[in-house]
Amino acid sequence: MNVIDLSWWQLSLAAGLVLALAVCTHIARLQLGKSLIIAAVRTVIQLTLIGLVLDSLFAVGSLLWVSLLALAMLLFAGQQVASRQKYRLRGGWSFAVGTLSMLVSAFCITLLCLVVLIAPEPWYQPQYSIPLLGMLLGNTMTGVALSLDRLTESMQRSRDIIENRLMLGQPWQQACLEFRRDAMRAGLMPTINAMAAAGIVFLPGMMTGQILSGTSPTIAVKYQILILFAIASGTGFGTFIAVTLASRKLFDKRERLRTDRLIKSKSH
Amino acid sequence: MPELKVKDLSIGTLVRISFSLKPGRITCISGPSGSGKSRLLRAIADLESHAGDILLDNKPQGAYPAHHWRRRVILVPAQSAWWGDTVGEHFLTPMPRALLALGFPEDTEKWQVNRLSSGEKQRLALVRALSYRPQALLLDEPTANLDVDTTQEVERWLIALIEKHRYPTIWVAHSREQIQRIAHRHLTIVGDQLEEQEIHR
Repeated sequence: MNVIDLSWWQLSLAAGLVLALAVCTHIARLQLGKSLIIAAVRTVIQLTLIGLVLDSLFAVGSLLWVSLLALAMLLFAGQQVASRQKYRLRGGWSFAVGTLSMLVSAFCITLLCLVVLIAPEPWYQPQYSIPLLGMLLGNTMTGVALSLDRLTESMQRSRDIIENRLMLGQPWQQACLEFRRDAMRAGLMPTINAMAAAGIVFLPGMMTGQILSGTSPTIAVKYQILILFAIASGTGFGTFIAVTLASRKLFDKRERLRTDRLIKSKSH
Repeated sequence: MPELKVKDLSIGTLVRISFSLKPGRITCISGPSGSGKSRLLRAIADLESHAGDILLDNKPQGAYPAHHWRRRVILVPAQSAWWGDTVGEHFLTPMPRALLALGFPEDTEKWQVNRLSSGEKQRLALVRALSYRPQALLLDEPTANLDVDTTQEVERWLIALIEKHRYPTIWVAHSREQIQRIAHRHLTIVGDQLEEQEIHR
């Protein structure tokens, strides 16, 4: 493989583009400039750090360090899910629901991919396990965050409908069925769109990266299909678990609607 | 139909109130706004946590799964909510006779919900509740949005149904004239208690 390394001045040219965009939005008073710059700076810092971490992790390659990094990634993703909600469940439940659903879906599917499908030697080899987990966790996180946000907001807004359905003796699952369905759809739509448009509208990021770094397109395609299916199932199961747990949490033992268990986030 | 008993119920401002509802009898409850009439009904329907026992057929509320209880003891709120597109999809079973009795045309079940007036919604919410075949009725100002003629029509229809099916019924009402027309028993909320009022028939 002959990989063309990128030099720092080439990267700063790309950064200049983002800066130009930020200046333009600032001039047009769209108020996106600040968050754009912050996000760009975070990208640079976070990716540089993870690059250093991965370099040393690849050198060590022990199961302990791989699991520690995986755990840190999971907790960070859980915190991201909780912070992206307009209405959060009280008492850290949003974090718990998000983390648990990602643990069950993204982690299990990463393990399955590693042990059965890709089977590197050893199975936890960081060069495979960490990027795979990162990709799955990132997509599942987006799905879970979107679906929980949709679920809590629509149930908060439609309290009277849900309560009226409860009054007619409908079980809680039925009384909020439409809201759970919409939430699932909101969480899964980006993944379904990505699968439907892959290769026609855009080349998926991972495949592009592999091809650019010298892998043959046929191999890159196989990996990409594996990744897309893993992402779809990870996001799907994760969203399903999160929506089920969160909606259950919005009713008590006597199936009363408990939107008082939600608190509005200050940042929204 | 069975009896509905309330024993030592505390909810909101009300403290340890007890009364029982006989089958086919209408108990009117009145009181100033904010005195807790709606919360009392919500507690009986088990939509709010409360202290004390409520029994249907001598079986306590907690012995029923919550949705079974609410299916039997149906609360019809003053403001009904509608989630589907057409009226008919909210009914458990088609209700042609009830619709006819209330003067609705045959195609009412196909009507769009978002075009209903508040008076139509109120009457259709009663029909909807009855389509679930309740065993007791909790009616929160069921004629609040209706004109005088329609009010009396709905009263006559409800009274006939309550007698026919022998539903124990709570009917929250404001108007003294209405209470005189419909009530077998009249309770008012005074402070944290219910007070029996005389009925002049």
